[in-house]
Amino acid sequence: MSLKILTEHCSTPGIETLEVYRKKGGYTAVEKALKKMTPDEVVEEVKKSGVRGRGGAGFPMGMKWSFLAKPEGVPRYLVCNADESEPGTFKDHYLMKTIPHLLVEGMIISSYALGANKSFIYVRGELMYVIRILEKAIEEAKAAGFLGKNILGSGYDLELVVQPGGGAYICGEETALLESLEGKRGNPRNKPPFPAVKGLYQSPTVVNNVESIATVSWIVNNGGEAYAAVGVGKSTGTKLISASGHINKPGVYEIELGLSCDEFLNSDEYCGGVRTGHRLKAVVAGGSSVPIVPGSLFLKNANGEDRLMSYESLSDGGFATGTMLGSGGFIVFDETACIVRNTWNFSRFYEHESCGQCSPCREGTGWMQKVLNRIEHGKGSMSDIDLLVDVSKKIEGNTICPLGDAAAWPVASAIRHFRDEFEWHIKHPLEATKPGAVYAGAVLV
Amino acid sequence: MEDIKPTMFKVTVDGVEVEVAPGTTIMQAARQIGPEVAPPAMCYYEPLKGSGGKCRACLVKVAAGSAKDPRPMPKLVASCITPVQDGMVVENFTNPQVVEARKGVVEFLLLNHPLDCPVCDQAGECHLQDFAFENGVSTTRYEEERRTFEKEDIGPYIQLHMTRCVLCYRCVYTADQITDGRVHGVMGRGDHAEISTYIGRAIDNDFSGNVIDVCPVGALTDKTYRFKNRVWFSKPVDAHCDCDKCSGKVQLWYRGDEVIRVTARKNEWGEVKEFICNTCRFEKKKTSDWVIEGPTKVNRASVISANKYGANLIKKPDFALKLAESQYKKIDDSRPYVNEMAEIKQSEDYKALMQKNESFFKK
Amino acid sequence: MTENNNIVFTPERLAKVQEIIARYPEGRQKSALLPVLHLAQEQFAWMSQGVMDYVASLLSIKPVEVYEVASFYTMFHLEPVGKHVIEYCRTGPCVLMGGEEVFSHLQQKLGIKKGETTADGLFTLKEVECLAACGWGPCFQIREKYYMHLNNQKVDEIIEELSK
Repeated sequence: MSLKILTEHCSTPGIETLEVYRKKGGYTAVEKALKKMTPDEVVEEVKKSGVRGRGGAGFPMGMKWSFLAKPEGVPRYLVCNADESEPGTFKDHYLMKTIPHLLVEGMIISSYALGANKSFIYVRGELMYVIRILEKAIEEAKAAGFLGKNILGSGYDLELVVQPGGGAYICGEETALLESLEGKRGNPRNKPPFPAVKGLYQSPTVVNNVESIATVSWIVNNGGEAYAAVGVGKSTGTKLISASGHINKPGVYEIELGLSCDEFLNSDEYCGGVRTGHRLKAVVAGGSSVPIVPGSLFLKNANGEDRLMSYESLSDGGFATGTMLGSGGFIVFDETACIVRNTWNFSRFYEHESCGQCSPCREGTGWMQKVLNRIEHGKGSMSDIDLLVDVSKKIEGNTICPLGDAAAWPVASAIRHFRDEFEWHIKHPLEATKPGAVYAGAVLV
Repeated sequence: MEDIKPTMFKVTVDGVEVEVAPGTTIMQAARQIGPEVAPPAMCYYEPLKGSGGKCRACLVKVAAGSAKDPRPMPKLVASCITPVQDGMVVENFTNPQVVEARKGVVEFLLLNHPLDCPVCDQAGECHLQDFAFENGVSTTRYEEERRTFEKEDIGPYIQLHMTRCVLCYRCVYTADQITDGRVHGVMGRGDHAEISTYIGRAIDNDFSGNVIDVCPVGALTDKTYRFKNRVWFSKPVDAHCDCDKCSGKVQLWYRGDEVIRVTARKNEWGEVKEFICNTCRFEKKKTSDWVIEGPTKVNRASVISANKYGANLIKKPDFALKLAESQYKKIDDSRPYVNEMAEIKQSEDYKALMQKNESFFKK
Repeated sequence: MTENNNIVFTPERLAKVQEIIARYPEGRQKSALLPVLHLAQEQFAWMSQGVMDYVASLLSIKPVEVYEVASFYTMFHLEPVGKHVIEYCRTGPCVLMGGEEVFSHLQQKLGIKKGETTADGLFTLKEVECLAACGWGPCFQIREKYYMHLNNQKVDEIIEELSK
């Protein structure tokens, strides 16, 4: 059994209550941090842990914390990004509904470390039932003296607010999230200034993902070095992977980073293999935004070496042959899946979710969707393939926020690895549009 | 007492060096050098706080971040919102990546733009026309249906053509910063975002007419000037009046002896110098309402002086033009299966399929 | 479309609005917009202009600030809706789990297409993007409740239960 830093107690009945959570050692980290550690010492431990942002970008959390500006007399904010909306990702949903106190405890310690007296958890509005669970947990924590004024006699005050979103993927981008939290449209801001200098209400702000903050209690209890000892290289600790698609056991799994991809996909401890009776065609390893790769390139890199579930190993080979760990949204496609249809589906998602602020993303996502739609429904022409590649290149890197890249990569990678499937669709519109029709020439594992 | 001069930053744009004050943006530094290196701007508007960063027309390459840290910036940056550093080297028209990206932006902005220039009042002073002419290509690769919107009447003075809008947000900033109560804004999102007053609330405010002047395209035009004239057939003169609401400094646009339009005065970048009130703009259409100062000095590059689009309005480096020509990738559709495809497309089955899927192609 | 009459929150919700506003720093009451819009939809079912103007007045902001926000976020219904709004996920992972078949069955069962409301005003179908329940798909949401691991039979049962 591998180490479970976040999910160890998830199957314990009643773990959503403060009582059971405390019986399992909950809130000891708050006591340790507030009574025995200075804020800087907490930051130091998080830095030592090497934990990287779990929302997708993978930026070292301790470093992000150390960038926070601390001008005199200006409030600082910690905002937890619980806007989980990336197709394929549902780990934060799982964590918050199952063990809400883990996030609340992490928020208290992190806020203390950053010197924030008011912190927010921004949860996507669709998860209203999870918001109620979190609010209840906060009430309990408050009644027990872990929140409010002078927490545990330390002199430290903290108020924790749960904020609902309203249905917008873009609010997972940190500056769009801050705009939304200010009651505005979720238009990402131009950077600089970065939130660490001017964030919520123009004050210095740190935005961290749910899973990142949930690790903090364990790091405080066990030390940053213990956390860094788990994992491989710069991919320290454990990671929640949301597994979906054509596998025997979809669900959320906590893995030690560095686990072999083969084991994650095929062992019964995790995904339990591709759907029985079917074969592996393709994998999206880190959420819909990351490049899709054929099954063979997921299991082994271009040099034939085993791939590992880590930031570095998955991105080995760059965009030519690699992909990304992203937010850990692991989607498996077997031979029944049509790559063209899926690419169109994802493309439609990005068109729908583009905020419309900057022209390459606003116009480009719609264009790609319309071209893919034509190909999928039998009206494509061969030049469309080159066109899609070119449009994706003109979006990538040229937009205000990463949504443009996120829209471009799935299209570019699908064409890179499955070009013959696109060509088959275009050349054989009558066959390709039959219900359930799939290109027969795909290389399967 | 001696003046204490702030330390000036040295910046190079397309090989030309300029000294600017710290805090200056790349765009402003380039504008100080002159129009031959100034990046185009479709959303940035100096008089409006917070504008810029959206259209991506002004993307440039920072080839060296500063003298201290000469590493290039990894991505192209929006020059209108990026402050300069001492020793920064910027490539604008001289960088292939920039030229290519900008061509992309032209194409994106034109995708859903109606190209109804012949009946558009903005034609001739349209920034999208200029931008496309100077930075784009003359063909389109877009085969899909263009976006349309339901028509909306936003009051007696201003005509809204949403299909022409490029979502620069300038009018929203104007209403926020110049008028005392914004009633319009951007509704919806993504490629269906639109400027709207929502449910037909009319814009009536003493300074609302300024949204016409800031609009880079023909999305917001002057209803009192509608279809009256082409701008290059009219003659602008500077004039002023004693107004208790605004500076009263305007431009009168004449057709013969008739004042057909009143606008604010603009600088060489097309930005309003002083915003004017609706009374001056819409209600003083007689020469006797004004003190005439003389003909407006019109930029050499303007169609208003050229009376047509010429080939060399603003001289761009030859390199950039040649590159734009060579880089535009002609799509290869000459492969052998084209014949086969033609056959399929003639078949009854294919026609039936297209009929069945028709709903997918109409949006 | 002016139905300003009778657009008033219940006393409980009014108290809740005050509680929400108090969460934010002084002068930042606009932050309460999304939570208050959710409250409004709970009571008034959809965002008529009257409802949005009412929300604007409660938060001392301009009506347009409410319109531009309500129209940005997909959870707010800008048109009248049926009693039960079924928001089903159309995104990739749910499709892989059989979502397209299940939701075409749902449409047949109700006799309506996406975006439409049944003649009896009981159900509205709304197609939405990923609901962050990919491993538990296909899924849809009705108000706050998630319905997951759907198949045709489950869909029938849910519709029958809600039709009672």
